[in-house]
Amino acid sequence: MEVREFVDTAARAFGFSEEDVANIILAVDEACTNIIKHAYQYAADREIEISIFPSTRSFEIRIYDNGKPFNPSLIRPPDLKDHIGHKRRGGLGVYLMKRLMDKVEYNFIPGKRNEVRLIKYRSNASAVSGA
Amino acid sequence: MTDFKIHHRDGEGVSVIELKGYLDAHTAPDLETAFQKLLTEKKYNVVVNCRDLSYISSAGLGVFMAYVEDIRKNMGDIKLTNMSPKVYNVFDLLGFPILYEIYKDEQEAVTRFKEIKK
Repeated sequence: MEVREFVDTAARAFGFSEEDVANIILAVDEACTNIIKHAYQYAADREIEISIFPSTRSFEIRIYDNGKPFNPSLIRPPDLKDHIGHKRRGGLGVYLMKRLMDKVEYNFIPGKRNEVRLIKYRSNASAVSGA
Repeated sequence: MTDFKIHHRDGEGVSVIELKGYLDAHTAPDLETAFQKLLTEKKYNVVVNCRDLSYISSAGLGVFMAYVEDIRKNMGDIKLTNMSPKVYNVFDLLGFPILYEIYKDEQEAVTRFKEIKK
C-alpha cells in the first residue's frame, strides 16, 4: 500500500523508533479506512490527500477528504464485551488512533473538506532534554 | 495489492488458521470468508497462528470479534497464538487479552482444547 510506504519513510526520517513508526502507520491506516467507509461510503473514485508536516518537536499528518463530515464525538470508547455480544465493529479505529497518537483533531470546512490531524511528539526523553 | 494469505489445516478436533502478511480493511473479508467456512463446517475449535502476520488494523480485529460469539455458543473458542510484539500491541490496546486466550505457541493452544475435551 503506497500510503503505508509514504508514512513509513517520513516517520523514519524524522527519527522515530520502530514502535512509533508502526503506531503512526496504523493510525493513518485507520483514518483513511474511516474516510473510505464513512465519508466516501466505498466510492472508488474519490480522493484522499495526505500531507506530512515535520517540525522540531512534532510530526503532524493532515488527511483531507471532501466526503460526508464525520463527528468523532459520537464515537464512544469501545466496550469489547458489548461489541462481541452485539457483533458491533464500529468505533475501534477512532479509539485506536487516539491511543496510538498524542493528539487527534478533526476540522470541518462545511461544503468544502474535512481534515483529520494526527500528531505525535518526539519521545518524552528528547523533549525533556531539549527543554 | 496488499499481500495477505490464509492457510487452513485441520488437526485432531482443532482447526488451525495461519495468517501471513497484512490484515487490514482490504484483506479482512478474506478472513471473514475463512471463519464463515469454519462455521458452515461446524468446526468450532479454532487456533489462529499469527506467526507470519506482519500487520493488523481494527478491520482485522473486528473479524475476530464478529465470529467469537457464534463459535463460543457452540462450545468452541478462538485462541490466538505466536504474535509478534508489534501485532500483540494492537490487540492489547483494544483490550483483547481480557476476552481472548492468547498463547505464545500454537501447541499450547491446541493442548488447551484437548484438555477441555477430556
